[in-house]
Amino acid sequence: MTEEILKLNNLRVYYRVLRGYVKAVDNISLSINRGEAVGLAGESGCGKTTAMMAVLRLLPHNAHVSGEIIFEGKDILNMPLEVFRKEIRWKKISTIFQGAMNALHPTMTIGEQIAEAIILHEGVQEKEAYDRAGKLLDLVGIGSSRLDRYPHELSGGMKQRAVIAMSLACNPSLVIADEPTTALDVIIEAQILKVMKELQRKLGLTLILVTHDLSMIAEICSKSAIMYAGKIVEFADVVKIFKYPLHPYTQKLIAAFPSILGRKTELAAIPGFPPDLLSPPKGCRFHPRCPYAMDICRKEEPPYIEAEDNHFVACHLVTK
Amino acid sequence: MPPCDEISKNEGKEMERDRNDVIIKAINLRKYFPIKLGFIKSLLVKEVPLVRAVDGISFEIKRKEVFGLVGESGCGKTTTGRILVGLIPPTTGKIYFNGNDLTALTYEELQRLRAKMQIIFQDPYESLNPRMSIYDIVTEPLRLQKEEHSEEEIYERACRVLESVGLVPPEEFLFRFPHEVSGGQRQRVAIARAFIVEPKFIVADEPVSMLDASIRSEVARLMLKLIEEFNVSYLYITHDIALARYMCNRISVMYLGKIVEEGPSEDIIKHPLHPYTEALLAAVPVPDPTARRTEIVIKGEVPSPINPPPGCRFHTRCPYAKEKCKKEEPQLMEISKNRFVACHFPLES
Repeated sequence: MTEEILKLNNLRVYYRVLRGYVKAVDNISLSINRGEAVGLAGESGCGKTTAMMAVLRLLPHNAHVSGEIIFEGKDILNMPLEVFRKEIRWKKISTIFQGAMNALHPTMTIGEQIAEAIILHEGVQEKEAYDRAGKLLDLVGIGSSRLDRYPHELSGGMKQRAVIAMSLACNPSLVIADEPTTALDVIIEAQILKVMKELQRKLGLTLILVTHDLSMIAEICSKSAIMYAGKIVEFADVVKIFKYPLHPYTQKLIAAFPSILGRKTELAAIPGFPPDLLSPPKGCRFHPRCPYAMDICRKEEPPYIEAEDNHFVACHLVTK
Repeated sequence: MPPCDEISKNEGKEMERDRNDVIIKAINLRKYFPIKLGFIKSLLVKEVPLVRAVDGISFEIKRKEVFGLVGESGCGKTTTGRILVGLIPPTTGKIYFNGNDLTALTYEELQRLRAKMQIIFQDPYESLNPRMSIYDIVTEPLRLQKEEHSEEEIYERACRVLESVGLVPPEEFLFRFPHEVSGGQRQRVAIARAFIVEPKFIVADEPVSMLDASIRSEVARLMLKLIEEFNVSYLYITHDIALARYMCNRISVMYLGKIVEEGPSEDIIKHPLHPYTEALLAAVPVPDPTARRTEIVIKGEVPSPINPPPGCRFHTRCPYAKEKCKKEEPQLMEISKNRFVACHFPLES
């Protein structure tokens, strides 16, 4: 029943800069099944966006990628870029970009922009492409009557919906949403999350939600990976992540989120700040901020293991 | 809200009490921004359209209190904050700071009082001059004051305030530039700059919303710690009602330039009275996948503040709107102790 759709094997992305290599993504492995909604959480600079841009092969030239990215059984990292662009990107894997409000072309109507993607990738007639664009707008709740509107005529929430419609233009099987609701107000954010959740169920999409906001993941995802300083530190289904987190970073991060539910407790804080990825700390990258750091944490990097059934973690406390 | 002249009758009695425990009081504040029209249009249009950013709000903040102003973007919360510290003049209304009417002061008198109130901006990447060292940034407010300070005193105060905000040892930070420190540390610099003049009142405009989760709670806790150290009060402006719960003693919810609900923060979170507050709370994502959620997602987006809807401004999106809401504007009334709401049909009543 569960079929693996995307697999990252020892993925590394290093950016070459003047002072050396920024180890933005350092040896991560992740397996995602078809139809799942997976959250990828972490603070800014932890490598979550870089990892997903590697999957889309949209990294800048100074990025050095190694490892494997297997999508539907094919190694998409090493296939010719031209083939990837024609066969995979947008047709099979599409994305909802960060700051999607600015991702629309200001002088093209949203209908044109959605139809353009369909025509380019599937070579259909204009008429058919517009029909499909209209259906997509209905699907995301804008309504096909707004096909010939320009982005500036739409509100923030509407633009966001249009961008979601665009990501679905070629019936992809995997959608990567990178901070899809930044710059939106809470109420609009809730509306957009609801649309995404419904679409994901209805179309059987596989969704990767990249965000710094753990509560968004709790709302719509079934599994979650937590990244810190270029590494995945924990990966499990959301209930395990939120209720029984094993990694101290996950525990602290969850406690640092204010909630409107339950009793008011003190907000937890994590002292210090994330490391410089040009020269990350030796051993476990979290050890300078970890309250439970032991000697071994400073020397040896913890292995990424399956601590319980389908609960992966990289921490010496668990291995011990 | 009682009309203006009624307030002035009671003023004498109230002023006495206010001087002791109220640090700042706003009465019937309004701020209308005229819309810039082109030359031709300005000839054709009789009346310049106005954006009613803040439309008649009153509140008071007590000493050592954190008063939260919560709402979506465009509801007028930032404008309110800027009016309070005198960055923009209100269209009408009065502001009493420590018993002095700010709107009646001359520029020079205002300058002197301003040392006692400061503002912390949202984005520490924008609010710090990249070409000034942290020492220059932090000490600038002192240099701008009318009183003369010796260079030694300035240096010492800079060190002291950096220690208070947790940038230790201060010598290590004083001569760095903003780009050499992390985001959380930048915001600490912005906080230090506000606190160096030992203000009594601070407007904090989304001070932690640009920071990462792990850093955010630390800075939030720092701001709470400084209340005791400096005897300061905050107007805490935020869109994040969950964070406001942790930061504020009282919360005021704004919608389209008006306060729709006000009360102690726990009461507001647990028992909202206004349908807008209820919707705002229902929309907040919760970091708990097992939590059962109330599904009240209101439709549509905030109407334009140029032509706010008649009657209750929220009626166009309110799930409980009735005929009366379309015609009559509800006033902010105290319906139980310390709980104010502007709604014809408040919840749970």
